[in-house]
Amino acid sequence: MGAGAKTTAQPTGFQCGIPLFAGAAVLCGLIALPGVIDLYQIQLLTYGLVFAIAALGFNLLLGYTGLLSFGHSAFFGLGAYVVAFMVRYLGIRSMEAYLLLGLPVVMLLSAAFGYICVRHTRIFFGILTLALSQVLWTLAYKFFWVTGGTDGLNVPRPSLLAGSLSFAGDASLQRFIHAYYYYALAVFTIVVVIMWVVTNSPFGKALQAIRDNETRAAFLGVRIHWFRWAAFLISGTITGLAGILWVPLNGLATPDILYWPFSGEIVFMAVLGGFRSFTGPIIGAVVFNYLKTYAIASTVYWQLLLGVVLVVLVLALPAGIAGTLQRLAALTKREVMR
Amino acid sequence: MSLLETINLKKYFGDTRAVDNVNLTIEDGEFISLVGPNGAGKTSLCHVVSAYLQPDSGQIFFRGVDVTQTPVTERVKAGIARSFQLANLFDDLTAHDNVALAIFSRDGKTRNAATLAHRDSAVTDEADAVLGQFGLGAKRDVLVRGISQGERKLLDVALAYALRPKLLFLDEPTSGVSTRDKGQIMDTLASVVRGEDITAVVVEHDMDVVFKYSDRIVVMQQGAIMAQGTPDQIRNNKEVAMVLLGTSAPNAFSRRD
Repeated sequence: MGAGAKTTAQPTGFQCGIPLFAGAAVLCGLIALPGVIDLYQIQLLTYGLVFAIAALGFNLLLGYTGLLSFGHSAFFGLGAYVVAFMVRYLGIRSMEAYLLLGLPVVMLLSAAFGYICVRHTRIFFGILTLALSQVLWTLAYKFFWVTGGTDGLNVPRPSLLAGSLSFAGDASLQRFIHAYYYYALAVFTIVVVIMWVVTNSPFGKALQAIRDNETRAAFLGVRIHWFRWAAFLISGTITGLAGILWVPLNGLATPDILYWPFSGEIVFMAVLGGFRSFTGPIIGAVVFNYLKTYAIASTVYWQLLLGVVLVVLVLALPAGIAGTLQRLAALTKREVMR
Repeated sequence: MSLLETINLKKYFGDTRAVDNVNLTIEDGEFISLVGPNGAGKTSLCHVVSAYLQPDSGQIFFRGVDVTQTPVTERVKAGIARSFQLANLFDDLTAHDNVALAIFSRDGKTRNAATLAHRDSAVTDEADAVLGQFGLGAKRDVLVRGISQGERKLLDVALAYALRPKLLFLDEPTSGVSTRDKGQIMDTLASVVRGEDITAVVVEHDMDVVFKYSDRIVVMQQGAIMAQGTPDQIRNNKEVAMVLLGTSAPNAFSRRD
């Protein structure tokens, strides 16, 4: 086959050993990291990991099924609000309860929105997801006696691991941030494994086939609508999971996370990292989180800064960070082989 | 019972009669060539029978069952598969994954999201075997956007074949392929199809190829079937010669080897 570098740039890099090894190395690094960075950096990285879960979920639709959703704030925001409601109306303070009760709710919403949206593709799909998500935003915004309106709802620090870790008293913030980092890292790792298997399963191959050529997929007997709906369901649920994880960290659920610019941020993360690779959205989410945090800290014109990044990205690096790195690696390999 | 029977099948595009009252019966195990000048309705007939297009009227019976209204996926499950005139592939998947997907789909395994596709050795091995049969083994791990036009055409046919259909429509499997490769492709197709007892309907322009491989030739003109018969019957049919070649020369179909 010669030195054909064109064979490798796809979301399904195949030799299972290499990604497993690289993944384990990164995981070890992430486990060791809190020993060397300060509390604020740990917190930032936790946000990054949570957004990475959201972007991974989102990218099952964009990168693997070929559907651009502009409404993923709905699932993220619903996850967060379900937790906030559990705090306010049920007095629940357990992270596991949030997950167990929250996931079915975001799953139901994903199933319902998916049922409506997958009948359409391209811009029509995007607009529909956008419109539906803004219905939720309006509800959160207007029904202030239920949702707290723009003030939002407080979410105090929950207990972790079925109540065995609770956070009150001295140095509770430090302890919470450390513990929550590892909690988020564990969930993140599980999500990465799940998504890796899903995207490399026969189901995942069918999604990619639909992305590339839905007509031919149908002529191989693949029921397009069902697969798009299933992908939407998984995608929304994973992004909702990120919302559930996010809100105790943030301490507050506000309508911002249901508003469409937040959907845009999720898209930005995937594009920044590279939506045509599995790791792209993860890298993109972490980098975006730093980028936004430091942009806000350093200038009042932070949106302008992010806008410039986006323009440069689309014009110069359409494959995103991960895609560009892959390309560079392939080029280097070819040079070495010569 | 015939494998396929169409009754008064019609498909018009405005004033153009793409498929005009076609009554076609196909028996099990036949190798049929569908010929006719450009615009005769050969591809449209394939489209209608394979559910790419809905007919305006008429009925399609497959193994005695009326499938006129069934969607594409149902017809594929029933055993009707097709390839495309312009290679119609999954460009960002490897050749192997293209074929494997057809096999996963045929075996009802595409809903499995919990195991890695390449760990299913039965499917992986079968996909490799199919690639081998079509001489595409070397392209196994290449993204198909990077393979040649001829290879794309072959892979397109391989996808349809991997479904192990009862009835296989091949829409110009050798168009855009060099004359040198054409014979090889047709040899591969004929042996593969006959070996598997698949009934094949091939749209083809090259009359040498048509006469060499067909059990029966169906000639279409302006949406209707104007003649059908064995290669010898068609070879000696002067009207057909007129339609296909625009000449009535007695030796129009003589071998040009």
